[in-house]
Amino acid sequence: MATVSMTVNGNAVAADVEPDTLLVDYIREHIGLTGTHVGCDTSQCGSCCVMLDGDSIKSCTMLAVQAEGAEVTTIEGVADNGEFHPMQQAFHDNHALQCGFCTPGMVISAIDLAAKNPDIDEAGVRRGLEGNLCRCTGYHNIVKAVLAGAQAMKG
Amino acid sequence: MSGFNYHKASDVADAAGKSSSEDALPLAGGMTILPSIKLGLSDPSDLVDLAGIGDLKGISVDGDTVTIGAMTRHADVAGSADVQNAIPALAAMAGGIGDAQVRNRGTIGGSIANNDPAADYPAACLGLGATIVTNNREIAADDFFKGLFETALDSGEIITAVRFPVPARAAYEKFPNPASRYALVGVFVSDGPAGTRVAVTGAGANGVFRQGDMESALGGSFSADALEGISVSEGDMASDLHAASDYRAHLVGIIAKRAVAAAAG
Ligand SMILES: Cc1cc2nc3c(=O)[nH]c(=O)nc-3n(C[C@H](O)[C@H](O)[C@H](O)COP(=O)(O)OP(=O)(O)OC[C@H]3O[C@@H](n4cnc5c(N)ncnc54)[C@H](O)[C@@H]3O)c2cc1C
Ligand code: FES
Ligand code: FES
Repeated sequence: MATVSMTVNGNAVAADVEPDTLLVDYIREHIGLTGTHVGCDTSQCGSCCVMLDGDSIKSCTMLAVQAEGAEVTTIEGVADNGEFHPMQQAFHDNHALQCGFCTPGMVISAIDLAAKNPDIDEAGVRRGLEGNLCRCTGYHNIVKAVLAGAQAMKG
Repeated sequence: MSGFNYHKASDVADAAGKSSSEDALPLAGGMTILPSIKLGLSDPSDLVDLAGIGDLKGISVDGDTVTIGAMTRHADVAGSADVQNAIPALAAMAGGIGDAQVRNRGTIGGSIANNDPAADYPAACLGLGATIVTNNREIAADDFFKGLFETALDSGEIITAVRFPVPARAAYEKFPNPASRYALVGVFVSDGPAGTRVAVTGAGANGVFRQGDMESALGGSFSADALEGISVSEGDMASDLHAASDYRAHLVGIIAKRAVAAAAG
């Protein structure tokens, strides 16, 4: 057992975990934030994406101990005082989800993508979201939402 | 997962010491080793995390050499203005590995140590004539890659950096597997101080390799036309559910021509 401490959505958290505990399990089981999903557990689908020190990463493919001291933002942490993040609002406005399972990871990846590429175009969005799979929507509305969200994040 | 011990190495010597026991492994980005552990393909007793060793991170350009620390992430190589200026083909290659999240964790050292037969970095190292620097020696890329998932590294030997000579021209073209984005066939070509090189990944039954006939032809004339009529031996190609060996052999010719055209243009 090792005590792992980090900042999650602005709050200092700590928990005793085995070294082989995945970051996603730390977030879901130990911190109790279940918005971060596990779709594949094989590093393919991106439903487990969280922000770690400013970059989106797949939390099913990282050990909790590797995130010692890091700043983590999960989907629960992107809204501001009950107001949707512009990217969440864009997903809502563009009907960019059906079952919603992939959505937390999609939104996190999209925020990272738009923050780093404010003037991104459609091809850039499709390429930039290669690490996130959606089984429902056919992606078109997700792409529309990310383009709209990127515009909104600039303003 | 499988119950291993975790250590955070303080420096390279510490990492080498802790990972020299038989079942211990260094841990870099974890983008290969953690999925392998989950799948039961790897069962280390100890993981020795290199992430805290500052010396292993970063990119420097010195005259005609680009040096990249082993723990430098794919995203950092792709986004580096220095690499983009000195060896644009290398930056573009790094930007085409996997997806954004893989590039935010995966490292050059981990990719090379792993030597996946469909990985991109081995082709860049061989195709540029890189030198792999470890805690106790320097290994030419030509002597480093030893077949499927095999390298010249000894147990407990840590890659610290990779040095790339700046070529006069170079390009990497990849035909990605549409599901994994690993190379079904990838060809890195370059022309410069390390000679004329054509390195092929994804295709070979025995991992990354140099295509000698193409190198000789390009030595005469560095143009896609020079590759006309060169046949790639089907017998040396991998064959699996993604592509049969004859298809891979055919693709090597096509992708090599595209790479040369991109480098020459
Ligand atoms: C979804 C997905 C898609 C991917 N697509 C691609 C792709 O298109 N192209 C591609 O090339 N790769 C791809 N990869 C692999 C990715 O590039 C990995 O990051 C890389 O292969 C391993 O790097 P790592 O830093 O994650 O290493 P780790 O997984 O931490 O380590 C890999 C191996 O290298 C050893 N090691 C690590 N660092 C060192 C060192 N400094 N010295 C000695 N030994 C060391 C470890 O002990 C381990 O055996 C993909 C991976 C995933 C999960
Ligand atoms: S659950 Fe992590 S990538 Fe699918
Ligand atoms: S909305 Fe169902 S998986 Fe994307």
